[in-house]
Amino acid sequence: MAFDIKGVLAPFSALKQGTKPPHTVRYPKEKKETAARYRGLHFNDLEECIGCGTCATICQNAAIDMIHVDGFETNSGDSGLRPRVDNGRCCWCALCVDVCPTGSLNLTKDYVYVSEDPDSFLWMPGVDNPEGKENLSFQSAEGKPLLEYERIPMHELEGTERVKSFAEVLLGYNEEEARKEAARCVGCSICTDICPVHMHIPEYINAIANGDDEAAVKIIYDNNPLGETCGKVCTRRCETVCAIGHRGEPIAIRWLKGYATSTVNNADLIEKIVNPEILPPNGHSVGIIGAGPSGLTAAYYLSLRGFNVTIYESKSHAGGMIMYGIPKYRLPLDSIDKQVEYMEKMGVKIKYNTKVGKDITLEEMKQHHEAILIGIGFEVPYELGLVGENEEGSIQAVNFLRNINSDRHVEIGDKVVVIGGGNVAIDAARVSRRLGADVTILYRRRVEDMPADWEEIEGAEDEGVHIHPQAIPLEIILDENKKVKALKYANAEMIPDPEGGRPRPKIIEGDEHIIEVTSVIGAIGQSADYNFIPEDIKNQIEIKRGRIIVNEDQQTNVPWLFASGDIANRRADAISAIADGYRAVKGIEKFILKSENK
Amino acid sequence: MREKETTIYLGPQHPGITGNMMVKLKVAGDTIVKAETHVGYLHRAFEKLMEQRTWTQSFPIVCRICVPEPDPNEENLARAIEEIEGREVPERAKYIRVMVLELARLATYGLWMGGQSGSMGLYTMPQWTIGDRDYILDLFEELTGGRVYHMYIWAGGVRRDLPEGFTDRVLKTLDYLENRLPDYDNLLFNNALFQKRAQGVGIIPKDKAIEWGVVGPPLRGSGIKHDVRIDEPYEVYDKLNFIVPTSDGCDVWSRALVRRQEYEQSISIIRQVIEKMPKGDYYNKIPNPLTWQVPPGEAYVKTESARGEFGYYVVSDGSIKPRRVHVRGPAYVHGVSLLEKILVGANIADVSFIMNSLGTCPPEIER
Ligand SMILES: Cc1cc2nc3c(=O)[nH]c(=O)nc-3n(C[C@H](O)[C@H](O)[C@H](O)COP(=O)(O)OP(=O)(O)OC[C@H]3O[C@@H](n4cnc5c(N)ncnc54)[C@H](O)[C@@H]3O)c2cc1C
Ligand code: SF4
Ligand code: SF4
Repeated sequence: MAFDIKGVLAPFSALKQGTKPPHTVRYPKEKKETAARYRGLHFNDLEECIGCGTCATICQNAAIDMIHVDGFETNSGDSGLRPRVDNGRCCWCALCVDVCPTGSLNLTKDYVYVSEDPDSFLWMPGVDNPEGKENLSFQSAEGKPLLEYERIPMHELEGTERVKSFAEVLLGYNEEEARKEAARCVGCSICTDICPVHMHIPEYINAIANGDDEAAVKIIYDNNPLGETCGKVCTRRCETVCAIGHRGEPIAIRWLKGYATSTVNNADLIEKIVNPEILPPNGHSVGIIGAGPSGLTAAYYLSLRGFNVTIYESKSHAGGMIMYGIPKYRLPLDSIDKQVEYMEKMGVKIKYNTKVGKDITLEEMKQHHEAILIGIGFEVPYELGLVGENEEGSIQAVNFLRNINSDRHVEIGDKVVVIGGGNVAIDAARVSRRLGADVTILYRRRVEDMPADWEEIEGAEDEGVHIHPQAIPLEIILDENKKVKALKYANAEMIPDPEGGRPRPKIIEGDEHIIEVTSVIGAIGQSADYNFIPEDIKNQIEIKRGRIIVNEDQQTNVPWLFASGDIANRRADAISAIADGYRAVKGIEKFILKSENK
Repeated sequence: MREKETTIYLGPQHPGITGNMMVKLKVAGDTIVKAETHVGYLHRAFEKLMEQRTWTQSFPIVCRICVPEPDPNEENLARAIEEIEGREVPERAKYIRVMVLELARLATYGLWMGGQSGSMGLYTMPQWTIGDRDYILDLFEELTGGRVYHMYIWAGGVRRDLPEGFTDRVLKTLDYLENRLPDYDNLLFNNALFQKRAQGVGIIPKDKAIEWGVVGPPLRGSGIKHDVRIDEPYEVYDKLNFIVPTSDGCDVWSRALVRRQEYEQSISIIRQVIEKMPKGDYYNKIPNPLTWQVPPGEAYVKTESARGEFGYYVVSDGSIKPRRVHVRGPAYVHGVSLLEKILVGANIADVSFIMNSLGTCPPEIER
């Protein structure tokens, strides 16, 4: 073989590299700048983080656990925990970063950490490296979110269509939509904490996502026998803290509950699916006043626990304000009846048309029952305090809604003014629209101050309700037949509260107006009628601002007397009433069984 | 006189290649009579792990199957899922994927040149090629946030769009790498010593290559023109112009020549990609990774990795986790069965030399 002289000499050309500058960085004098997206050690903005633990869930290396940070206080809507990263397990994939629903967790450009102590490789990002904030590198904001921030839209009737009848406005999710919406959930259960009755939200949502609606229904009935009602009208505090809501639209928790429960269309089927364990009768008897959500909830779970429960209800139907207050386009009658029928099947006895204080006294009740729960709600409307208030054409919203829900005719004419800014005012206004009237809502403060649900406000506006904020009614003007003819009101300006509280409306002198109306509907709040409670008991229990004071078991100062729902709970909504009823079950059971053991 | 046979245990710590495996050699003098490959030192149960992870969680796992070239793993898993799901991938993402895959090939060939030279004692070469590879890793760092493990290609596209001005920096690096080739040639490919060592060594006969399951540069180095990018094009390879070099010496030298030419082909492919890459979306977002269910189905997909045909068989039972992910990498064939055959008759000093020429990669053998 020929001698390859070129091939022998060629490698020596490498020597010329010796004269060239080196490629390497002179570490540690010189440090290489990392790329803008470099995936280094974690940093967590503790204030932004809500402790949802989604980072821990996604970590395929199980490198994250959620722990309490000493001395760090958090608000509601926050688990109070913060992620800790085991840098011995982490592979810096940054899935945790891309999944973090608040964007609080990001990676930094720092990557050197030296310590002799192996335990110190467990880091609390943001706690152990506060300086990381200045060195952020790989950030979720740069990419597309891993989670789904857009809610599956709900079908609803058009505003113009809605006002033609009392047909339900929300048409509900179909199966596919419900599965998709449910699949957006990260299962963090921050919602569970804030729900007054702590419904097992991630669990039933997960069941829906997995196509098991029956399991979802069963889970819902764990602590809420009015799931279908809540699925339509709940005030859904859960959705306000939903982790997804921080950068997107919260999971439609309420509608998913509505979807699951509406798949069960009769009481027999509910029984078959829920199939609750019913303890044998324990010989104890409980009386409940009022078949509103709180009374019904208490009655249902007490019955399951073996108690003999009777509800005394003054009206011919159960449900309380969800039956006689909430309009049918939000909550149809057959839905309530189905839920109540199921509870009756489970042993709840309801004495209809029986008003305590008239048809039976509290003392008589006490002779039959060892404990009594009062759940009579707030039925007595506040007066507007205006001249002309008690004449024809001036009506109260709760009475108006009750009559409409009872299929009675109410003459309101074609020009209605509703006074108030809460949900009751909105309901009265939207019902009036359905009766064909032009409707204006007068509210003292700004629209953003209205206590009503924003979705309800939007719904009302879609239906053509006119909202006139910062308007204070002064006088109802009557015609010669003492019938309401017009309303005088003044515009108001908002005066900031020097102490930082919410601004107060103040009448602008001379800015007064008169509008012609056929009816004025008052909706400025309600209170309870406690006349059936004998004086000696009234003296023992404590009533503050119209509400009965109870302990955490819903027990009053009179040990056998319990109170729940609107009369005991400032939040005054269905789910709080249900939560009260649920707590009362434990309280009553504790009270009766303790007396028994004495 | 017949020489007495002895047994030598090569490995399991980095037996002339990176990674842990062992070759039990029966030798007579310094000639190998019998070779037995032993693996099992690196088993991390990745395939099994994925059955306990969600689809998205599987991506940071598969990339770790191959340290030098993680990207075909990511691309395979992504494409298999996309095939089962029928998920569209934006055109831009496909171009970006090809760019990543070809950059990875360049980086891997850089490592191979270093390993191939190092295994014959030519230590300047690894200093150069591993240093030059770092310029590619700089690009990866900029694009993906990681130098070695990219976690970048995933189902539906890629994780982030290209940073501002990224393609200019890629082109600059390509020019640099291209200009380095004459240096590489002088030191390695034109080096008479290398040619002497490599020619006629580690023979994979052309008529056996397919039967033995050989793929990639070793197959093409045995004169058989096979390359998944051409034969069953994926992503946008069918829109790009490149040739598939072959060489029919069937030895270490032929395999080296094939890689040397492919290095230039990859540079050209990336330049074409940059020219043709459309604007637009880079990622067709998958649903919530915690609940994302891939519909029931199965797919077998493959890429042409730097070591050859790399396949993934993925089965979904419709749940949030893979039912099965089977990885069929080239190193299993090359490093286990093929090695046993072609080491027979070789010199002890050539064992790691031959292993390097096959692209043997124990982490990929064991998954
Ligand atoms: C118009 C309107 C709309 C509303 N909309 C919503 C909504 O969208 N979402 C929401 O969560 N909440 C809503 N609420 C509030 C919700 O309905 C109440 O918070 C809830 O019904 C309170 O439940 P409760 O058990 O305290 O009593 P109630 O529901 O008020 O029921 C009390 C029951 O006690 C009976 N009763 C009263 N006195 C006696 C007596 N002496 N003897 C026998 N029975 C008696 C009543 O007939 C009634 O059935 C609305 C309320 C109104 C008025
Ligand atoms: S995912 Fe984000 S918000 Fe949730 S706990 Fe982790 S760091 Fe905090
Ligand atoms: S970067 Fe990846 S491995 Fe590290 S903690 Fe986050 S998810 Fe886990």
